[in-house]
Amino acid sequence: MYQILEKQALNPTVTKMVIEAPLVAKKAQPGQFIIFRASEDGERVPLTIADYDREKGTVTIIFQIVGGATMELNALEEGDSLVDFVGPLGTPSKLEGLKKVAVVGGGVGCAIAYPVAKRLHELGAQVHSVVGFRNKDLVILEPEFEAVSALVAKMSDDGSWGEKGLVTNALEKLIQEGNQYDEVIAIGPLVMMKFVCQLTKKYGVKTTVSMNPIMIDGTGMCGGCRLTVGGEMKFACVDGPDFDGHQVDFDEAMHRGGMYREFEAHAREEACHLLKKEVE
Amino acid sequence: MANMNPKKCPMPVQDPVVRSGNFNEVALGYTYEMAVEEAKRCLHCPKKPCVSGCPVGIDIPAFIQKVAQEDMEGAYAVLSAASTLPAVCGRVCPQENQCEGKCVRGVKGESVAIGRLERFVADWHRQHSEEKPVKPPFNGHRVAVVGSGPSGLTAAGDLAKMGYKVTVYEALHTPGGVLVYGIPEFRLPKDIVRQEIDGLRELGVDVETDIVIGKTLTIDELFEMGNEAVFIGSGAGLPRFMGIPGESLNGVYSANEFLTRINLMKAYRPDSKTPVQHAKRVAVVGGGNVAMDAARCAKRLGAEEVYIVYRRGMEELPARAEEIEHAVEEGIIFKTLSNPIEVLGDEKGMVKGIVCQEMELGEPDASGRRRPVPKEGCTFTLDVDCMIMSIGTSPNPLIRSTTPGLETNRHGCIVTNGDDGLTTREGVYAGGDAVTGAATVILAMGAGKNAAAAIDRYIKGKEQG
Repeated sequence: MYQILEKQALNPTVTKMVIEAPLVAKKAQPGQFIIFRASEDGERVPLTIADYDREKGTVTIIFQIVGGATMELNALEEGDSLVDFVGPLGTPSKLEGLKKVAVVGGGVGCAIAYPVAKRLHELGAQVHSVVGFRNKDLVILEPEFEAVSALVAKMSDDGSWGEKGLVTNALEKLIQEGNQYDEVIAIGPLVMMKFVCQLTKKYGVKTTVSMNPIMIDGTGMCGGCRLTVGGEMKFACVDGPDFDGHQVDFDEAMHRGGMYREFEAHAREEACHLLKKEVE
Repeated sequence: MANMNPKKCPMPVQDPVVRSGNFNEVALGYTYEMAVEEAKRCLHCPKKPCVSGCPVGIDIPAFIQKVAQEDMEGAYAVLSAASTLPAVCGRVCPQENQCEGKCVRGVKGESVAIGRLERFVADWHRQHSEEKPVKPPFNGHRVAVVGSGPSGLTAAGDLAKMGYKVTVYEALHTPGGVLVYGIPEFRLPKDIVRQEIDGLRELGVDVETDIVIGKTLTIDELFEMGNEAVFIGSGAGLPRFMGIPGESLNGVYSANEFLTRINLMKAYRPDSKTPVQHAKRVAVVGGGNVAMDAARCAKRLGAEEVYIVYRRGMEELPARAEEIEHAVEEGIIFKTLSNPIEVLGDEKGMVKGIVCQEMELGEPDASGRRRPVPKEGCTFTLDVDCMIMSIGTSPNPLIRSTTPGLETNRHGCIVTNGDDGLTTREGVYAGGDAVTGAATVILAMGAGKNAAAAIDRYIKGKEQG
């Protein structure tokens, strides 16, 4: 059992949890992920590791409450335990040797982009963070990004925070201003990563994306998380989740991500219904 | 006086029409009377050819004699001395190629139903015995086992009986390997697997789930933790795909994914939180036992038409005869001499059909099987909304890529020195599918048994030397 030591709502739909998992904490590196099951009959769901503390033996996860499994997780409180917490899985991000990097985060993807920015900062790289949210109520980790970045470009869809527009507008402006990045690292919704890649391809800037396909085991035994990268089949759980964004077939990944949409809508309704019952 | 009936006492089964709509066990098992009657068919030949056909060397005539004498606990004692998982083996072993294939009664009639009797005795014991296995005294040595499939569980059980402190590490949340994620409930109820593993725990075996060796811990760390030997039974769980256009469409599954969703995650239950596609028309590609399992699961999820698409003929199907028979009875349609060359999708990225190449059989290949060759210009389209790839698996790279000095061959299988499973690393043994590539449950168990004996010799030898 994996106890929840801290729980904090970062915004109305995003929660941070610090989980006691010493073996995972001992090996975790930026870019890797865990698979959790909240309860005995729960689904296996992957989440990228947001932070870890080897001394304390803890791993931090940040998740958006989007469906049945994340609702179930969010219903747990400090002191409660998850039945399963497996990891660290996947290949760590390759961050060594980079001098100047633009880290692009969209929505809850910022929770994963932040530890990457932090690690780059620790390694001595100059970090420009480009972060975007739908509106100011959904903003997370603002001071954290400020602390590790030479520059933070803030964007919101409605202009209620930072500048109005998309992360791609801000990134293009930075590139046009003459910033030469060794690499752009983009983490967020598939559609955001797709457009970041289209933009950087135009300017010939190497771009890494962190993919988030449907997974079950997370250890390479089923191929449910397969993607086409450079025309070849890759399993995101072992070969990734980081890939060269210019090689990824995003349209296919978006189709595959929607495979169980109907089932998920139903599961979400069921979970809401159960929670309501508990409140009554 | 022996029962000279040339035929086996038949085993009751669920009606095919009823069972193709549920996940309950198909074969219902012998009654007490049937078991005693069948046991009397054993002639107790002095040479015991049946025993030589059993990879774990059960003293078959001895346990059958106890059944004939109605001493069921005595029979169980004989079985459990040699086998860690008799209730599993009695159900899933291909007995026709093993013990029963060597039975003298099989020469002029049907062999003695050794598997069914093994199953009966193990089930009887589970239902009637209050006795707990006795935990042997600790011999002062620790051994780690990687993987809780048939080879790992067998090695763990044998080592525990010799007094070793054994810890089994499992990557998934439930131990059992292919017994829990691969073989469906209707062939092997998961309660039985759980109870067999509980029995191991009573022998003092620790089973640690959620630990991925190669990620959470490495083989080297297992030694640092005080283990004197490690057995790797991590299986061959990496699925193969065909490399044809359209394989990434929604509705194309590996058999591993499809079966894991259904068996491990219970996606067949209406209240399951893990989804699986309930397709109307399904093509399963491949002809092995895994293909039969996937096809029969798809039928039970409500598919109207389920096809087995196989590139050779009916005669060449590698699945067990009994599984093929069950599949036919349940209405699975066999499209043999057919090989998919493209998956067709609709505008939403869903599978809508597969294009197949017709095949014919040519000259025998290196394996002795006639090689399928394409029939020039003959293709057809099968309208399906789901396709399940069951064309084999290979060992997962996680362990070999994180264990220095562990040699593997070009298929990714761990190299061992033959029977005792010693790898190229001192103190590291391996067995089962991790060594052979995808094979059978009982071969994996035999490998686990041999490796346990070799580990015991190694540690005892070190102690003396």
